[in-house]
Amino acid sequence: MSEVPTELKFLSSHEWVQVEGNVATIGVSDHAQELLGDLVYVELPEAGSVVAAGDSVGVIESVKAASDTYAPISGEIIEVNEDLEDGPDRINNDPYGDGWMYKMTIEDPEELENLLDADAYTDSIADDE
Amino acid sequence: MGNKTPLYQCHLDAGAKIVDFAGWDMPANYGSQLAEHEVVRGDAGMFDVSHMTVVDVSGGNARAYLQYLLANDVARLSTRGKALYSCMLNEQGGVIDDLIVYYLRDNFYRVVINSATREKDLAWLAKQGQNFTDLNIRFRDDVAMIAVQGPRAIEKSLALFDEHQQQALSQLARFQGAEFDDCFVARTGYTGEDGFEILMLSDHIADLWNRLLTAGVAPCGLGARDTLRLEAGMNLYGSDMDETTSPLVSGLSWTVAMADERDFIGRKALQAQKDEGLQQSFVGLLLLDKGVLRNHLKVVTAIGDGEITSGSYSPTLQQSIAMARVPTGASGEVEVEVRNRMLKAKIVKLPFVREGKSMLTNEG
Repeated sequence: MSEVPTELKFLSSHEWVQVEGNVATIGVSDHAQELLGDLVYVELPEAGSVVAAGDSVGVIESVKAASDTYAPISGEIIEVNEDLEDGPDRINNDPYGDGWMYKMTIEDPEELENLLDADAYTDSIADDE
Repeated sequence: MGNKTPLYQCHLDAGAKIVDFAGWDMPANYGSQLAEHEVVRGDAGMFDVSHMTVVDVSGGNARAYLQYLLANDVARLSTRGKALYSCMLNEQGGVIDDLIVYYLRDNFYRVVINSATREKDLAWLAKQGQNFTDLNIRFRDDVAMIAVQGPRAIEKSLALFDEHQQQALSQLARFQGAEFDDCFVARTGYTGEDGFEILMLSDHIADLWNRLLTAGVAPCGLGARDTLRLEAGMNLYGSDMDETTSPLVSGLSWTVAMADERDFIGRKALQAQKDEGLQQSFVGLLLLDKGVLRNHLKVVTAIGDGEITSGSYSPTLQQSIAMARVPTGASGEVEVEVRNRMLKAKIVKLPFVREGKSMLTNEG
């Protein structure tokens, strides 16, 4: 069983969201990195770009497959994890820590209501496990 | 629930992530595909290749039959145990499968073909055999096979054999095998590294696996097998060539023996292609931009478009590589369309890696 921290929110497409004030940090779940296997390339959005919930904002690629990654909410990208460029395996090793992907502003806090809590996400991946 | 090799339980015990491969439940990896790739390039790893199809061809007409069946010429095999890589073609010159044939002794050959193509291959072998008398084609579903590969593969596996076998195996030339009472061992593989492929009765294979584990040989899955063979510039049937593509546009001209008048299936079609001039050639691609090349992506060259047949990430080069079919004469820098973006790549000679070392160092 993969790890699903209870303090985080999730998308069914496997992104996690950590909310601190009006800033959200986004990464991909432990389950997603297990499914993909060893990651070799991560393409992140550019800092300063403005995205809408559901936009495809990047790609994470393992040896075997590429997977789009989606913005969970609307807002402006304010920081990206540049360490992932040379060390995409950080996502494999520490998906909820060193493997974070980007931080963004929270344009509309109500959008957070649409995200899954840990229990709902765990249910959504139960068939894969 | 797919087919299982006799090593299935060994895979579970080693923590394998099992995936479906052409109807077989096979290990994709045992944790990290990259780590398994590296152990084969630097030390010794082993692969369960028991899903491969083994066929023994014997009888007074075995040689004549194989000479007609295969695009390469088994008459090249004069030393006992020697192996030959060949394609098996249809009348249109398309590739039904690629295979290895070992000359074990007079009137006796062993053929190893792919697993995904098993049914159609066996049917084709039987059909073509109908025109030959004194020919016996025996599908060996009673055997299993482990490939031990890497710079330390031979050293680590030799200790498992008895003294007589060790002596024979330490003198084995590359691409040659030796037959013993209880096993067949060949110095062949699909990784670009030295090593053995060991074939024995299925009942005994788990014991061999466990002894190899004890000898320090790491289990490796199909994921690593694919990146290793891609780095080594070795074709994968179904991706790099199939029934609609000729070996002449798949980087396999060297396996087609047409110098003499030998009649083989597909020869007329290949001759016609040669007379007409080949429109495509098969090349290596090294990605210059960041990203990962994948199968079927479009390759844009100065003289027309081509297509990637196998693309992935090279752990040895730490860059993405691919094999591609491009218009004949294309060279230098090209572009590959990846998710609506054009990434820069360049055409390079195959292979990318041989025996742990990059082959790109001398390129301009």
